[in-house]
Amino acid sequence: MATLYRAASPDSLIVVPVDLLTAIYHRASGQTHLMASPAPEILEALTEAPLDAAALLVKLRADYDLVDADPAALAARLDELVETGLVERR
Amino acid sequence: MGVAVDGRLLARALADPASVAELNGPGWQALLTMARAELLSATLAHRLDGIAKPAAAQRFLDDAKASCAQGRLVALWEVEMARRALGDLGVPVVLLKGSAFIAAGLAAGRGRFVGDLDILVPRADLDRVEAALLGAGWEWVKPDPYDDAYYRRWMHELPPLIHRERDRMIDVHHTILPLTARPTPDADALIADSIALPNGLRMLNSDDMICHAAAHLFADGDLSGGMRNLWDIHCLVDDFGVAGLAERARRHGLAPAVRRALRLCHALYDTQLPDGWARSGSDDELYLRRLTARDGWGRQTRPVTRLGFYARSHWLRMPPLMLARHLWTKWRKEAG
Amino acid sequence: MRHVFSVAIGPVGFRVGSDWRGPIAALEQLYASYPKPQDGIADFTVRLFADRPWRRLFRPKVMIGGDFVLPEAAPLSLEHGLLAAEMAMNLQMALGQRRYLLLHASAVERDGKALVMTGLSGAGKSTLAALLMTRGWRLMGDEFALLDPATGLIHAFPRLISLKNEAIAVMESAAPGMFGPLLADTPKGAIRHLVPDTRSVAAMLEPARPALILFPTFGHDAATREVAPSEVFVRLTQASTNYVALAERGFTALTQLVVETPARAIDYPDTESAIAQVEALWASL
Repeated sequence: MATLYRAASPDSLIVVPVDLLTAIYHRASGQTHLMASPAPEILEALTEAPLDAAALLVKLRADYDLVDADPAALAARLDELVETGLVERR
Repeated sequence: MGVAVDGRLLARALADPASVAELNGPGWQALLTMARAELLSATLAHRLDGIAKPAAAQRFLDDAKASCAQGRLVALWEVEMARRALGDLGVPVVLLKGSAFIAAGLAAGRGRFVGDLDILVPRADLDRVEAALLGAGWEWVKPDPYDDAYYRRWMHELPPLIHRERDRMIDVHHTILPLTARPTPDADALIADSIALPNGLRMLNSDDMICHAAAHLFADGDLSGGMRNLWDIHCLVDDFGVAGLAERARRHGLAPAVRRALRLCHALYDTQLPDGWARSGSDDELYLRRLTARDGWGRQTRPVTRLGFYARSHWLRMPPLMLARHLWTKWRKEAG
Repeated sequence: MRHVFSVAIGPVGFRVGSDWRGPIAALEQLYASYPKPQDGIADFTVRLFADRPWRRLFRPKVMIGGDFVLPEAAPLSLEHGLLAAEMAMNLQMALGQRRYLLLHASAVERDGKALVMTGLSGAGKSTLAALLMTRGWRLMGDEFALLDPATGLIHAFPRLISLKNEAIAVMESAAPGMFGPLLADTPKGAIRHLVPDTRSVAAMLEPARPALILFPTFGHDAATREVAPSEVFVRLTQASTNYVALAERGFTALTQLVVETPARAIDYPDTESAIAQVEALWASL
């Protein structure tokens, strides 16, 4: 079974758009992250329910118009998000 | 300055919060500075909640609580990240000391400043735990082969690991005292009788937590930070009582340490002890002198007493011959 | 401790204990117009001490101690004792301040609005702030601006202004004022302290709404550019020593500040040019 990814719950995050970037405060860790697309969109897409990488790609293309979303790049972003603790592998 | 001030000023305020009504400005200043130096400022803040005090003292204590709250949050996150790395191994992972107190919501965790994450795992599972942590972003602090070999053979823990992104350390223990130290606690029993937490990690049972705190108070270090360690024990005794403690302490070879710890708690913090537990003993005064060696400027005082305890603590950690060999090898490396 | 001094600077109270009379005498003279800590209780304690008893008299070296310390900090000579005291107080703020978000910036106020100037050491924030003080602005501080997370206002921390090297001569000729002793050969060169003027000291508990964030850079032809909020956010978090410690309050305070406050970077060839640029920017807000 493919690895599922789950994002931190919405009430554990304070999200503030700051011009082209998004500032995110993660209450559970006390860490601040400054993110560029598609990282904030990935987080939002994973909030409702955990998804595997393939399903996430589909959702990103559909909901956020990310037409050039590429599986290898997505995998790299997911790894980064897992390392920060904003996303958990299940 | 007037009356000599030492740690008993702080002990009294913690044990009997209403007593601060007698303090004047200089008295408050000494109490607050001393509490900060002993890492008990947030503990004091919680104990003095609702007690009338000067506005400046309230601000100082509010700042201490804010500091502590942020530290607690960061410490709990380390616990969570350790859980993510180790949760699927099928290995019992037992949280120790401050991290356990706050993860379990104990009174001992209230106002507690927590440092690095300490965990206890079975010795047989050390390799798998080490591998999982290295795979999840932790790395070695000191890549020195001699220290490493010494550590792995004789110490009670892996060499220190630090997370490369978060810059926080984790100490992985397989027993609670160095293998070279005199009492040898029953590590298997510590783990077998540990208690599960909601997040899947574990903590020691209450008797073992008291034994652990007492072991470290006397066997590890020169009693600096002792007032805080004893406050931990005071809270644990208050919360859980001491039924079963004497027998458990004997099992770990820690009965003298636990008995002395409880006597010192009683002397400093008025900890209630049931019959059968002595309230005073030989040398206690000397220990109390060392424990309360802090002045109103936050300085450590009583240098001769401190030196005596420092020398003692190294002797306890290693038999003399081993200590000599260890120090000689280190000297050779540094000199050559 | 043999000699003791206490002072309130803005909303923060300090007490300084010293093994030597000299630094205390200097502090007493320069901070003479400042109030004492509220209730006689200081927020932070600083100690200037000799690490060995004989060091008090023989080739004295001033060790810095207190509530918050940096391990292995180098001691200073006794003639730089005043500098040691100032550094020690800064250190308490940097490591221990929890009520206000610390911005490593100078700040001046006019009409209830604050101009916050931030940037690397040597960019001129202290000197610019001192000069603006002589041109009718109220000095709020030269080292730290305090941002209150609850209100979004800037609070003043007007400690002695620390002038270095060439800036000393600039200020000595700019206006009369009470100066501390000239401290030559410090690790950062020559330093001289200037006491904030009477008006700045009297108004030190009055906060101000931040109206402009400035990133000055000295030594280039005059130029101005806008700075995007995300860049301001990154630079301010890097320049704040207690952002992480303030957790959520720090995040909300700082995001609000950068989103609501215009920011500009200015290059300036000399201080007159800088002042002109500042006045022009201020008028255009």
